[in-house]
Amino acid sequence: MEKSGKKNNRRDFLFTASYTIGAVGIGATIWPFIDQMNPDSSVKALATTEVNISQIEPGKSITVLWRGKPVFIKRRTQSEISEAQSVDLNELKHPEKDEDRVKKSEWLVMLGICTHLGCVPLSNKGEYNGWFCPCHGSHYDTSGRIRKGPAPVNMEIPKYEFVDSNTIKIG
Amino acid sequence: MFKKNLKFSLIILFLISFTNLFGADKELMKVNWSFKGITGKFDRSSLQRGYQVYNEVCASCHSMDLLSYRNLGEKGGPEFSVDQVKAIAANFEVTDGPDSQGEMFTRPGRPSDKFVSPYPNVQASMAANGGSYPPDMSVLVKARKGGADYIYSVLMGYEEAPEGFELEDGVYYNKYMDGNKIKMVKPLAEGSVSYSDGTEATESQMAMDVTTFLTWASEPHLEARHQIGLKVIMYLIILTILVYLSMRRLWSRINPEE
Amino acid sequence: MSDNYVPSSKFGKWFNDRLPLLSLSAHLREYPTPKNLNYWWTFGAILTFCLVAQIATGIVLAMHYVAHADLAFNSIEHIMRDINYGWLLRYLHSNGSSMFFLAVYIHIFRSLFYGSHKSPREIIWVLGMLIYILMMATAFMGYVLPWGQMSFWAATVITNLFTAIPLIGDSITTWFWGGYAVDNPTLNRFFSLHYLFPFLILGLVILHIWALHVPGNNNPTGIEIQKPSKDTVPFHPYITMKDIFALLIFLIIFCGFVFFSPNILGHPDNYIPANPMVTPSHIVPEWYLLPFYAILRSVPDKLGGVILLFASLFILVGLPWLDRSKVKSAIFRPIYKWFFWLLVLDVLVLGYMGAAPAEGTYLLIARVATAYYFLHFLVILPVLSSVEKTDPLPLSISDPVLKG
Repeated sequence: MEKSGKKNNRRDFLFTASYTIGAVGIGATIWPFIDQMNPDSSVKALATTEVNISQIEPGKSITVLWRGKPVFIKRRTQSEISEAQSVDLNELKHPEKDEDRVKKSEWLVMLGICTHLGCVPLSNKGEYNGWFCPCHGSHYDTSGRIRKGPAPVNMEIPKYEFVDSNTIKIG
Repeated sequence: MFKKNLKFSLIILFLISFTNLFGADKELMKVNWSFKGITGKFDRSSLQRGYQVYNEVCASCHSMDLLSYRNLGEKGGPEFSVDQVKAIAANFEVTDGPDSQGEMFTRPGRPSDKFVSPYPNVQASMAANGGSYPPDMSVLVKARKGGADYIYSVLMGYEEAPEGFELEDGVYYNKYMDGNKIKMVKPLAEGSVSYSDGTEATESQMAMDVTTFLTWASEPHLEARHQIGLKVIMYLIILTILVYLSMRRLWSRINPEE
Repeated sequence: MSDNYVPSSKFGKWFNDRLPLLSLSAHLREYPTPKNLNYWWTFGAILTFCLVAQIATGIVLAMHYVAHADLAFNSIEHIMRDINYGWLLRYLHSNGSSMFFLAVYIHIFRSLFYGSHKSPREIIWVLGMLIYILMMATAFMGYVLPWGQMSFWAATVITNLFTAIPLIGDSITTWFWGGYAVDNPTLNRFFSLHYLFPFLILGLVILHIWALHVPGNNNPTGIEIQKPSKDTVPFHPYITMKDIFALLIFLIIFCGFVFFSPNILGHPDNYIPANPMVTPSHIVPEWYLLPFYAILRSVPDKLGGVILLFASLFILVGLPWLDRSKVKSAIFRPIYKWFFWLLVLDVLVLGYMGAAPAEGTYLLIARVATAYYFLHFLVILPVLSSVEKTDPLPLSISDPVLKG
């Protein structure tokens, strides 16, 4: 009786070991099929872009394409900066301090996509001296924050850094 | 059973006997490539020297359209540093545009750019090279029978034509080319390149380095392929043994004498 | 179907009453299979794996491949260089094709040796032949997709064959090309059909297995057995385990190619982008089509070559009616056994000649081998059916006579 029990245990172990190790192999095989849909290395190479900002005058902005989306880079005037900094956070639908949205207060770098339904807002328009989205009437201030209209949150700030005083690297 | 095995062996021998039957090939020069064999890997410094040879000697005529500068920094290749790759790319003028005026313009290269071609198109390349097209080198090593050995042999195979062998203008004698004629002038000579790592630039050294580089260019994932392959085969062998034992155990119920 | 199967769960019973998938699964698991099957019988399962593998790798490759003459070659290099594991998926697909054909040839020759194509299994055989023909069409079109020199010129040579058809040949060929030569329209439609055909193959495979389950598997003795009986075992786990073991050995060989010699079965010329102005010195198809290529080139007349090519396939379809011997397995047919191996040799010779230049001694050998191929099916088999003295058959498959 005991002998056949031992034999059964060895047999079960053999079968269980085979199935388990087999399952691991199947899992490992499935991964490349899934990973091939992730961004490939040529897409990832364009995941960051460096922008020369030396030609932008105060009060002017440029729009660059980054990861297929528009990014506004605005060189703000002193009055635009003070306007942004002096807003009472209680007035904001999405309270954010201007200082938290910029690295150097003169430069505003943000994704030019309305957070309502994705249109590209127009610059130097709207009641708050910032941007106005013509699709459904959202108004953004000089810090890109939503002040009036259906957009739920402020325009997104992407990951960026100053490589030097003339160059911003986005992404 | 024995008869069947005998027939099998005869067939296998028959098959093997045919391997050198047609197109009796010239024996190619053989090199002990570091990337051959199941554990083959590229020699990093050889790849970097090879890139230098490609860039200084070959790139004036041969494009490498499918490679990007960033490939020079990726794992499994020459593995130049991020800054070195940026510097290499910036050495080249890349056509971009159109700008807001509708004009094309040039700018310094970036790592994401493809290798700049010496000619704008195949026709320009042929016109500049006596009607011959210097082939693009992105997959050249895979596009020639003999692979790396062939490329190396051709580079080292320039010789004096034998007595009476007719050579037209602009055609040279090469021991390993099909028909022994090649329209490329001998590209490598002692000291053609002054290696930045100080290695002596003999002909065979440069030929070896550039061939290694070209092999990587054709197969940039060779090292990953070998590493993963080894693991996969080991895993399969282990699993096969386990399944074999399970199968025997299972079938012992049916064939008790086993 | 197992009519007495009752699912164990309530949901199972409810579902199975509406769509008897659980009954089907039970039928497949319990299916009484001869217990004396040898390893030549594992290739059906191996082939099923190959089909699934080719479809899976093909679908993910199709997410990145661009079927345009100007972009195809580069899109494949993009897959090889930039796509995560792209090199692996591509080499699995290209070498998988070769492994698929290796398995199908072994599977077919197994049938020839053990008489698996004979009554009552004729329809299984015919379905198998249809699957084989679709496989060849799929592989042919797939090879064109990289748009290398061999892709382009093999397509040109083979599609030009249709011009041999009298009266309507040129119109058919132009229609097939979508132009006046192999070009972008041809490439596009080949991609569409290459994606489609494997699913047609899948459908035929299901019919093939369904037809098999009527009489049940043949076995090495060739004598029909009762099922179920002491001569059979349930398909799961006995046969499934054995099939998995054989599949693993097959996978080791497959991975050997994929990881360590992925281009050895291909042709270097296909790494040169297609050039309609320059013909490669030797146009050859992939190895698995070489025997047919040799037969095609044996005949100096273009139409003759085409006719002989299709005839060589259609003879195979007619095999159950050409080989009328009542004894199925070559184990008990001592004379047929020799002719079987001669046929194997003949097909190998044809394969080698397919890769050789079609001139001189090579051409002569190819012609002899082609003639012998037809002789085997049209003369030798029918004659043997009448005159061969077969060995006495055992009474059952468990008969002690059979050991060893």
